[in-house]
Parts: sequence; C-alpha cells; structure tokens
Amino acid sequence: MTDETLLSARNLNLYFGAIPALVDVNVDLWPGEVLAIVGESGSGKTTLLNVLSGRMAPQSGVVWYRDTEGVQSDVHAMSAPSLRALHRSDWGFVHQNPRDNLRMGVSAGGNVGERLMAQGRRHYGSIREEAINWLAQVEIDEARVDDLPRTFSGGMLQRLQIARTLVTHPRLVFMDEPTGGLDVSVQARLLDLIRTLVRKLGIAVVLVTHDLAVARLLAHRVMVMQRGVVVETGLTDQVLDDPQHPYTQLLVSSVLAA
Amino acid sequence: MNGYNFAYLDEQTKRMIRRAILKAVAIPGHQVPFGSREMPLPYGWGTGGIQVTASVLGADDTLKVIDQGADDTTNAVSIRRFFARTAGVATTTHTAEATVIQTRHRIPEQPLREDQILVYQVPQPEPLFKLEPSRAEARRMHGLAEYGLMHVKLYEDITRYGHVSISYDYPVMVGGRYLMSPSPIPAFDNPKMHMMPALQLFGAGREKRIYAIPPYTRVESLDFDDHPFRATRAPHACGLCGAEDSYLDEVVIDDKGGRLFVCSDTDHCETRRADGHKGTELAA
Repeated sequence: MTDETLLSARNLNLYFGAIPALVDVNVDLWPGEVLAIVGESGSGKTTLLNVLSGRMAPQSGVVWYRDTEGVQSDVHAMSAPSLRALHRSDWGFVHQNPRDNLRMGVSAGGNVGERLMAQGRRHYGSIREEAINWLAQVEIDEARVDDLPRTFSGGMLQRLQIARTLVTHPRLVFMDEPTGGLDVSVQARLLDLIRTLVRKLGIAVVLVTHDLAVARLLAHRVMVMQRGVVVETGLTDQVLDDPQHPYTQLLVSSVLAA
Repeated sequence: MNGYNFAYLDEQTKRMIRRAILKAVAIPGHQVPFGSREMPLPYGWGTGGIQVTASVLGADDTLKVIDQGADDTTNAVSIRRFFARTAGVATTTHTAEATVIQTRHRIPEQPLREDQILVYQVPQPEPLFKLEPSRAEARRMHGLAEYGLMHVKLYEDITRYGHVSISYDYPVMVGGRYLMSPSPIPAFDNPKMHMMPALQLFGAGREKRIYAIPPYTRVESLDFDDHPFRATRAPHACGLCGAEDSYLDEVVIDDKGGRLFVCSDTDHCETRRADGHKGTELAA
C-alpha cells in the first residue's frame, strides 16, 4: 500500500434543513481497498456516497481524487464534462436497483458494450466479444447475450449491472447496497462474485450497506455512521469484533444469529 | 402580390431567421432555436423549410422545390407557386438552373454547386429523440459530445438484423463534432452531404430549430469499423431512363403484381431521357 490515497475527503458537511446528513466527515481510500460505510437508514450513508462521487455537492469540505497520472483534483471543482468522463471511464457506480442503471430495452450485450462505445470503441466484433467475455465473468450464460434484461432474474440483473460497470476496468467503484432486495442464497453468490472480481482487478470500492455481514465479507475497513457523524472507523474485524462506540455495539449485537 | 411583404414573411422575422441561420452555419450541425411563425400550410408540410427559403430568397433567385425527388407533387407544386406569387421569383424544375432548392426527403441526383443553397424540410431535428426521452438530457449529450448511445442503437440493429436497419434519417456526424439528423432522406443520399459545395440549411417549423452544414464540411454516417456504412438502393435500373445509379421509387402499375421502378428524382430522369437514354419500360 502506498501513502498516496486514491480518494480523500476532508471536513464534509451537509445539512438538509435542520437534519444533519454529513458532519465533519473525513474519508481516505487507498488504491485497491474496499471501504464499507455502515449505519442505519437515514444515517447519511448514501448521501456520503453521492458526495464522494460528485453527484451531490457538500455545503463545505473537499473531495480529492488522484487520477492515473497521479494528479490530485477536487471532484466538486471539476467541469461537468471531465466529471462525466471520469464516471464513464475511471469510475463506476453500482445501484441498489439495477433497473436504474441498465437500459431495459437494450440487449445484455448492448448494455455491457455501452461504456466501451461511449469511450469511442467502434469495432462491433470486439465490443461483442468483450461483452460475452464479461457476461462469462459474472456467470451469465453467453447464450443470453442478445436477450433483453427484462427477461433476467433479479440476481442476474445485478450481475449484468456489475459487468456493465466493470467493462471499462474502473479504478474506483461506488456501490449502493448492491445486495439489497435479493434473497439470501443469491446474495451469497453475488458477494462471492464481487469479492473475486474486486481482488482480481484490484479495484477500490466504496460500499454502502446496512448489512454487517456484507461489510465483513467484502470490506477491508469499515466506517460506522450515525446521524451524519462517523462514530467509529477501523479495520473490519477490529470494528465488528471489538466495537468501541455504543452505537456500533448496538449494531453488532442486533445481528441475528443464523 | 399586394398586401404581402416580399416572400410573405415580414422583414423583422426574416432578420431573426437569418441570425439563426448565421449561427447555425458557424456551428455546423448544432440545432439553433428560432421563433417559428405560423405559415399558411400545416405543420409537417414544410413550415420550417418554407421559412428558411423565404429568408434566404432574393429577387433574382431561381427556385426549385422537390418533394420525394419529384417536382410535380402537391407539396412541391404549392410551395413553388407560393413563392412565385409572394416573391415573384423565377421557378424551375431543372436542378442546374436553380439557385435555391427546397427539398423534402431527397437530395437531387445531379451534384450541386457552390452558388446553390439546399433547404431541407425537417420534421424531427433531434437525432436522439427515440433514444433519450428528456430533451434537457439530449442537449447535455450534444454539449458534451456524448454519442455512445447512438452507437448502442446501431449495435442493437446489427445484433438483431445482422446490419444497421435504418434506411432513412440515418444519423450523421457533422465536422467530427455534432450528431445530426439529415432529415428523412434515404441513407442512399447521405454520402452526397459529405463535402458538398452547396450550403445546406435545415428548418424544422414545429420543433422551432434551424441547423446547417456549410460548404465543404465533413459529414460522416455513423457506423462500426467492421460494419461500414453502405448506401442501398433497389437493385434495378430505372424503367424509364435506364439509370442504374439513381435512387428508385417502386410504383405499383396494375392489380396483378406489376411493378415499375423509376427514378425518384424526376428532373434527373427527364434530363437523361432528353439525352437519349431509354429504359426497358419506356416504349410501352
């Protein structure tokens, strides 16, 4: 691990009226690291994700991103074209609901190929080959490459979304509850898949989840949020096995034993 | 004609439209909004084209109007007569003699010159409208030159049909920057827009947009490296003039399945026949 962070945020503050969503939040993310943000509903997890990814502006504070050339730039000071270019190439966003990201009227292959075409790839054969390749990586039968996403199951849709996001080999992926709304066996398979891909490709991930089991399985580090405040942060095992903050203790103790 | 300004529109309106045209010429392929006026013909019949024509027409111009390549269809005849009456300009059906040509859905077969202006009637100026429902988002995509979505459409076509199935209104890139709808001309005509010596102006009356391609501008039809753009035409010779390189109309001639393929550009066909070319169906 180098001492150069991929993404770092300092003193982020954001209030929705009187409701605190982010209070003096600091984040550091190193290349290849998986950071989980956990906390209950309304604790500011998704807001933090949106602010880090430049989709929402904080009231104060900065978010720095270091690009492939090692140049650090303020995400919120970037021009709209360069931020969009970043979202198209270096970054990826996996939504809780895959229907928000996928084009439901476009075949699976077209969905996976879209980011390649947006980057200027103009060879049908190679785009298609890469799409089939990625479908195989997310364990979707290549015979389904020309099928519409609406014929896919929920778990397949989520895997298709992951293929579509990772096809451009992003360095940083934001995931918002990637396993939400899936049944437990499908969740387990998906988590296993995400873990394998992230390790293999060395992608840095900011993962928002309310499920501590997901954090334990995927994340290197955990941040616990409550009412916009980061109450505890540290290595995953350390935080989950020996929680210091009362709120974290409550979260950990409220996990149902199977 | 008494009681009307030259070429029907008042001078202030023409000035506004000319400003939009100048801006459109300065940014090839970019859609410029303009204050489209009510015209004495219904939307969809060429209200945009007729306003552009009225604004560029001078007293010494010679006007030709075609509809689907033909000079003698209702739309072409009435627009030509409209300007003959309101502007008193000379009209012609010969492509070579015209200085301003208003067209619906075709580009004349005969190559155009630098001293000619081609005015297109455009029903839907936004090439992304079937793919991106939000106009604000489509404008943003134009602003940032994000046209991956259009290629997704081509990808889907090739996947489903083995080739790009767009036969008219085939999207083009203008000057390597803006994605543009060429109006519903057949894809066969797309290559004619590339590096054309004549000025090309596009008017969409209902949608209130004007755009342009200045002379000698790159116009490329979208394609993939391994599925290059191909201009297609019916695999026949014109029944009247025998042309094998012109765009053809298919005409049903009886109720026994009889078909006649003729040039859709009537002036081109007549000129060729006058030059002695004969098709197989001409004698009958």
